[in-house]
This record gives sequence, C-alpha cells and structure tokens, in this order.
Amino acid sequence: MMTGLYVVISTGNLVKKLVGIGLFQTSVFQLYISLSKVRGAQPPIIEKPAKYGDAVKSAGEKSAETVTDLLAKIPEVTALDPASVYDPLMGVAYSNPLPHVLILTAIVVGVATLAVGLALVVRIREAYGTIEEDAIDDAEYKAEVNAS
Amino acid sequence: MSFEILLSNAAALVVVVPLLGGAIAMLLGSSRLAWSWSLICALATFSLSLVLLSGVLSGENISYEMGAWVSPLGILFEIDALNVLLITLVSAMGLLALLYGLPTIDQEIDRHKHAMFFGTFLICVAGLIGVSITGDAFNVFVFLEVSSISTYVLVAMGSKQNRQALTASFNYLILGTIGATFFVIGVGLLYMATGTLNMVDISRVLAETGSDRVVRAAFAFIVIGLGLKIAMFPLHTWLPNAYSFSPSMIGVFLASTATKVALYMLIRFLYTVFSAGQSFETAMFDYVLAPMAVTAMIVCSVQASFQSDVRRLLAYSSVAQIGYMLLGLSMGTVAGLAAGLIHLFNHALMKGALFMAVGIAGLGLGVVRISEMRGLGKTMPLTAAGLTIAGLSLMGVPLTAGFISKYYLVIAALENGWWWAVVAIVVSSVLAIFYVGRMIEVMYLQEPPKTADDAVVTVRSPILPLVALYVLVIANVWFFFDPSLPMGLANTAANELIGGAGS
Amino acid sequence: MEMSFPIDIFVIIDLILISMLLVVGISIVRLNNLFVIVMLYGVYSLLAATWFVSLDAVDVAFTEAAVGAGISTVLMLGAMLLTSREAKPTTPIRRWGSLLIVGVTGIALIYATFDMPAFGDPNSPANSYVGLMYLKATITDISIPNVVTAILASYRGFDTFGEVVVVLTAGLGVMLILGIDSRRSRSGEVEDTGESAEDANEPPAVKETTKQIDALNHHIVLQVVAKMLIPIIILYALYVHFHGDYGPGGGFQAGVIFASAIILYSLIFGMDQTRRAIPPKLVQFGSALGVLIYGGTGVITILMGGKFLDYNMLDQSDTIHAQHMGILMIEVGVLVTVASVMLSIYYGFAGRYRQLKDQNW
Repeated sequence: MMTGLYVVISTGNLVKKLVGIGLFQTSVFQLYISLSKVRGAQPPIIEKPAKYGDAVKSAGEKSAETVTDLLAKIPEVTALDPASVYDPLMGVAYSNPLPHVLILTAIVVGVATLAVGLALVVRIREAYGTIEEDAIDDAEYKAEVNAS
Repeated sequence: MSFEILLSNAAALVVVVPLLGGAIAMLLGSSRLAWSWSLICALATFSLSLVLLSGVLSGENISYEMGAWVSPLGILFEIDALNVLLITLVSAMGLLALLYGLPTIDQEIDRHKHAMFFGTFLICVAGLIGVSITGDAFNVFVFLEVSSISTYVLVAMGSKQNRQALTASFNYLILGTIGATFFVIGVGLLYMATGTLNMVDISRVLAETGSDRVVRAAFAFIVIGLGLKIAMFPLHTWLPNAYSFSPSMIGVFLASTATKVALYMLIRFLYTVFSAGQSFETAMFDYVLAPMAVTAMIVCSVQASFQSDVRRLLAYSSVAQIGYMLLGLSMGTVAGLAAGLIHLFNHALMKGALFMAVGIAGLGLGVVRISEMRGLGKTMPLTAAGLTIAGLSLMGVPLTAGFISKYYLVIAALENGWWWAVVAIVVSSVLAIFYVGRMIEVMYLQEPPKTADDAVVTVRSPILPLVALYVLVIANVWFFFDPSLPMGLANTAANELIGGAGS
Repeated sequence: MEMSFPIDIFVIIDLILISMLLVVGISIVRLNNLFVIVMLYGVYSLLAATWFVSLDAVDVAFTEAAVGAGISTVLMLGAMLLTSREAKPTTPIRRWGSLLIVGVTGIALIYATFDMPAFGDPNSPANSYVGLMYLKATITDISIPNVVTAILASYRGFDTFGEVVVVLTAGLGVMLILGIDSRRSRSGEVEDTGESAEDANEPPAVKETTKQIDALNHHIVLQVVAKMLIPIIILYALYVHFHGDYGPGGGFQAGVIFASAIILYSLIFGMDQTRRAIPPKLVQFGSALGVLIYGGTGVITILMGGKFLDYNMLDQSDTIHAQHMGILMIEVGVLVTVASVMLSIYYGFAGRYRQLKDQNW
C-alpha cells in the first residue's frame, strides 16, 4: 500500500503517477478483503436454497428469521458464540460478503478515475508535448514570462 | 395521491432527479434544449430540497430507507438541520449557476459538447447532494466520487480557454483520489472496529466499546482524506488552479459548494461518528485543526493579496475563508460550530456572487487580471456594483451577511478565551480589505481604457447572468437583516450535534 | 486433526502471494520504463486477484482480474502509446519528501494493527455483525445463493446505482475530453510488433495490437477465428450476467466481457467497420440508457407506492420473485451502461491513434 502512495507522490511522470494510484487502491482493496476472511470458511455463496422457490416453501410464510427479527437481536448477535451464529446457515461458515460488495464498487470507481486520468494525460501530452511534471512547469513558466 | 408520493419520496428524488436528468440531458443534441432541460431538472431539485427544508423546519428530522431495507442492512438517508442547509445550498447554487452559465458556456466550450457538459454538471450536483444526504459511510464515498469525477471533467473543460485547465484538473484528480482513498481506508478501519457502516450505528457501537487504536487511526485517515477534499491548509494546493482555470460557471458552482460539502462531511464525522469530547479528538482540535485554520486565514489572505489574476485571488481567499469555518468547528462549542456553519452558508453566497461578477466582466471585456478591470464602474456599472457589494460582504462590513458570520465567530472565540483566534480574524479581515479594496479601487477610481474616438463604451451584459448575480447579491444583504433562516438551522444543528454527543 | 493440513497450505499460499505482491510493488517504484511498469501493474492486479480467491472473495477476484489486470492495463498501455515510454528518474528531494509522508502514513497503519482483530477471526466485529446478518437475511428475503449479488443489487442497491453513475461519468469524461466521434479515417501506418494475435481476446493484449488494425485485415485465419470467437465471448458474457445470482459474476463483469468482444471485432475488422456496426451515437445512447433503466426501476417502485429501489413492490404477492425481478432489471442496466462506457472509452482512445506519428519513438 505504501509503495503505491510513494509512487504517486514521488514520481513526476503522469502515467507512473496513475499506476501508483492504482497500486495504492489495489492495496486498500486487499486490506478490506483480508478483514472479511473467516478461517476455514467458504465463499459467500450459500449452498442451501439452490432453486428459486425453495426458500419460500421451506421458510413458510417467512416464519424463519426476518430482518426485523434479526435487528431485534442486534445486541445479542455480537455476543453470540460462533456455533450458534452460523446455525441458520446449516452449520457452514461463510466469509463476510459485505467487504466484497464494497470493494466491487471501489474497483469500478477506481477504473473510472483511471480512465478520466489517462484521458487527461493524453490531452496534456498533446498540449505540452511531455508528460513530465517538471517539463510542464517549465513550459508554463516560459509562457508566463513571454506573456508579461 | 401522486403528489403525496412525490412528497414522501422527496429525500430520494432530490438525488435521483438530477442523476436521471443528467443522463437524459447528455442525449439531447441541441445545446439550448439540453440547457433548458437541465434548468427544469435543477428547478425540480431545488423545489424538492425546499420540501425537505420545510419538513425539517417544522421540527421533524426526516429519514428515508433506500429500498425499504432497515437501517444497518440498507442505506439510510438522514436529514436534519445540518445537512438540509447543505442540500438547499447545493441545489440553489446548481440552479443559479445554470441560469448564469449559458452565455459563458457558449463562449468557453465547443457547441457540440454542450449537451454532455450539462449532463455532467447535473450529475455533479446530484453527487454533492448525495454526499450531504446519506447516512451511510461507504455511500458517502460513492457519491463523493460521483461528484469528484464529474468535477475533474468539468474543470478540464476549461482547456479551450487555457491549456492549464488540463494540468489543474489532473492535479486535482491525483490529490482528490488520494483523499478519497484515505477516506476509504478510514471507513474500512471503522468497519473493522464496529462491523457496521451506518454512521449513527457506528457511533452507537463506538460509544459502547470505546475507542482503540484502530478507531484512532481511522479518525486520522478520515480527517486527512476529507482535509484534501476540503482544501484544508496545507492540503489546498489543487484548489487555486482548479477554480481559476475551470469554465466560469463551474468556478461559481465549485467555489460555493464543493469544499462546503466536504467540510460538512468532516463535521458529521467529528461530531456524529466520533462523539466529540474524546481526548484524542480534543487534542486534534486544539493542536492541529485550529492552528492550521489560523495559518490558512493569514497565509492564504497574504497570497491572495499578491495575485494579479482575479479568479486566483478569489480562490486563495476561499482557502482563507475555509480557515474561518474550520476555526469555528474546532472550537468544539455550540457557539463556535454554529458560527462556522453560518459562515459556510454566507461564504457560499458571497463567493458565488464574486465569481459570477468576475465571469460577467470576463464575458463582456475579457477581464482576467485585476489591471484589466480598470474603469469597470463606468463600462459595466451593474456588474461592478454587484462585485462591490459581494466584496464588502467578504470583508465583513456591516449591512452584509459577511458581517454576521464574522461577528458570531469573534463572539464564539472570545467565549472560548481564544484571543489569538480573534487577532487572526482581525488580521485576516484587514488583508481582505486590502485585496478587495484593490479591486474596488481599480474599478471606480481608474479611468476605463479609451477607444480611438475618446468615448467611454458601456458594455451591455446579457440579462440572465445578471439576474443570477443579483439574486446572490440581494441574498448577501438580505441575510444581514434577516439571518434567522441560516442561524436557526445552524443553531439547531450545533445543539443537536454537540448536545447529542454530550449526553 | 485432518483440517489443520489444508489450512497450513493456505497460509503458505497467502504468504507467497503477499511476498510476490511486495516484490512487484517495489519493482514498480524502482523502474522507469513505463512499458514494464504498466505490465507489472497488470501482474500486481492478477496476483491480488489470486489472493482474493484464496480469501474467498471470488466476485472481487473476477472483477479485479477483468478490470485491474484487464481494462486498466489496456487503458494504461493505450495512453502510454499516445504519450511516451520512459519516465524520468525521481529527483532526490522528491524522493525523501515522499518517503517522509509515506512513512508517517505507514506508521499510522502499523499503529492501528496492534488493536486489529486476528486474521480470519469469525468473531471480529466486522465478521459478526452486519455482514453476518446479510448472510442470514438473504436466505429469507431474497433467496439467491450468491449473497454478494444480493447485497450489491438489493440491500445496498443505491451504492451500486451510484457506481453505475460513476461509470457513466467516466464515459462522459472521456467523451468530453478526448471526443468520441472523430470521423476522419485513420491513417494506415502500421508497425508490426509481432504480437501473437490469438491473445487478442484477452484484454491486456487488445490495445497493444490496436496499431496493427489495418494489418490484421489481411489475416484470413484471424478473421475466421475471430468470427467464431466473438459469438462465444458474447454468449459467455450473457452467461456471466444471468448466472450472477448463483455464482460469481453479474452485470458489471458481463459488461466488460461484452465490450472486449466488440473491441476484438474492431481489432480484426478495423475501426471504421466497427463504427458502422456500432455507431458512437448508439454507444452514447447506451451508456445513458443503462442508468435510466436502473433509475427507472427505482422510480417504478416509487410509483407503485414503495421506496426507491424497493423491489418488493414489483410483485407484492411473492416478494422473493419481486426481488429477483428487481435484481434482474438493474443488472441489465449495469450491463448496458458498463458495456457502452467501456466501448466509448475505447473509441475515445482509439480515435486518437491517427495522431500517432513517430514523434518520440
């Protein structure tokens, strides 16, 4: 993670800067995903309700736990021991799906930023003939001097 | 029936209308059509925000469950006195900027790009409203990025006028993304510590478990991340270029909203999520935020005084003014926070007006530098008058809104015994008199450039930008005589935030 | 214990992957050849994706591989072709200054690790509170096996709406900054890099070969292979799309794959023909259309008396069916926007290649 940040700040090359941003973000993704891992667990794809309709039948008129029921138990949930916690999931442990969702979103946001950034780099190259920060600053300085 | 549906879903629609409106606007081929459509959408958004405002003013905070999922599972919108102020401000400024923008955009951007430009603008408005309205920490990030990415694009659109808009936009993109990533790290650490993303829920869990090192690190990452977006001194380097090289309509809009929304997020995190009064937070206020705020007020005012480009001058002054707001919120008292909020509101009014006036002058006479404003009082009397009134408000002269916020800020500082802050406010105000005075002097005391036959030409300005300008100018005066709206909201908000944390 | 053996293996795999990530990261810092840097970035992404599989995040791994190693690398290569191949070395002042900032940030993170829950701890706050509630609630509320899709499309559907808008904004951005509709036909300068073209269906190689567009026109074998491959790729995209409820995948990944099929087509048959088949106007329309489908679903649920994106309103007699309908509708929106935006970004960059002369090669 730190290497990515280092690249962003240290390099003067605009493309390399964007690579650094990418590295930095990918590392943050790793932070999120690593905290979602549950030891010995499976990916969060539940085996049980294999077909649509199964759950409706097995759950009856939603007699099983609904969200509201779960919410009523918030204080307990954190205190429950793992065995009983995983009970409704047929005794199978799954890794935490929430960080996965967040990171899916973050990856997409990342590539969107990257696309805009690269488009800008291309235009900067056309306008200045370089993609090195120092050279761009020089060019601006010269333009300023010529103008005044 | 359908009207009721509209009212009960106003919270969602205030974000969704400009988002979908933006998607439709980009498809409208003709520039005028896209503009009219955007104006309608902005008007609808503003009306919806008024619905929310009247709801909150009647004393009830609104919450809205996205997808009807209950709170920690789904994303919850929560609207109270604090963010309704922001939502109204953003939607109003979006509307005014559009009203103002058409003639300037004609000049600054190729015609075939107008539809997409207005679409992006609406998405940017929606993003900022989304950040203000949501009660979910990760949803904040998503909408922060919606608004930021559209902002990078909008800033880059100034490149037809000046190629530096490209580098300005790129630097903003790099720093903005680093800021957003820091923010995400902070949110991730918070999630690690609490297991939830809803802000109220996070603060509930934190109150139970107390803080540990993860929480403190999260705090630091979030403050720095948002600090970059706020342009908190010394993280402000992207701001002056981004404001001064963007198309003038975007300058108007950004100067009055973008940093304000990020500042709102900071307040939300400082006071709602991390309940104020924790030792590490107080230390942060006293030793980091407040000194930086004061430095910003003075250093950036000095920098502003040395600028020759009018919009850069205003941009540096913005960083200084952000210092005022940070100073207010770092006092950690109800009075200080309220003063900061009032200044946030008033500053949006004055900076919006100033950028508009400068933009109109640029439209008529191609004004970029202060020296080119010679005799503006004669050539463009209406614009010059608007500029002057807004400038006076920026100085904090009585009879303008700027006076109110500085007055309350000074009172709050004295209450806290922060005499050095009072000194800083005075010094910074003197500097403001200097740099605003310079503009006024050039406009009224210097003769306009003469044409060949020695006659003074008066330049007619297009009517719509002037209307938008004068709405803001009148607001600047109005909120001196009747500051009850922003003050009422700011006081309620400050009481809720600090009272809620103290109990 | 027979369980202890596989776990040990996973720990070893994790360690190997992490150290490889570190090595690649440091190499990127030290190198100045942009081409190598960009390729290493792709390697880094792939390694990260592999690690995500080992961490049970299959959806994320899929997306990281498609986006990080695929699209991002391709975009970077494309931009690099248009700009330059070498980066200047870093100046010492900059190096030490940045090291200081990075050091402080690193210390903050290390400081936080002291109170972090242990790796893989099922009782950590993160893994035992809301995350767990999703696992349970999905069974009764939505009843699709892939919990990630359930959260993505329903519980946190508004996040995903924001995400689609971000994609649209990026598309708009590239169209505004680079232009999408450059009608002038591309010049025929060709530089044969000897790139093996079978790889062309893999995103990383796509941009690489863009310059050879006209050359590839003459390869009959390629044309035949591509004609066979493209329908299969599109079929696969549709599979990924509709299978998202059951396994990893969904509208986003499908959109990327779909776009890569079109890009392959344009590599083999030329940009002009692609523009005729899928005109830029259509791409522009598609990117907005997806957002409108997504948002429209929300508006329909409002009109039916519910909240925004309250899919239960779609079929009140059977809410699970209604959830499925809702998820399907918004996933279509995601697919349309993502595929169109990816294409528009490709058009944006590819439209610039005609300006590529031998200036700084």
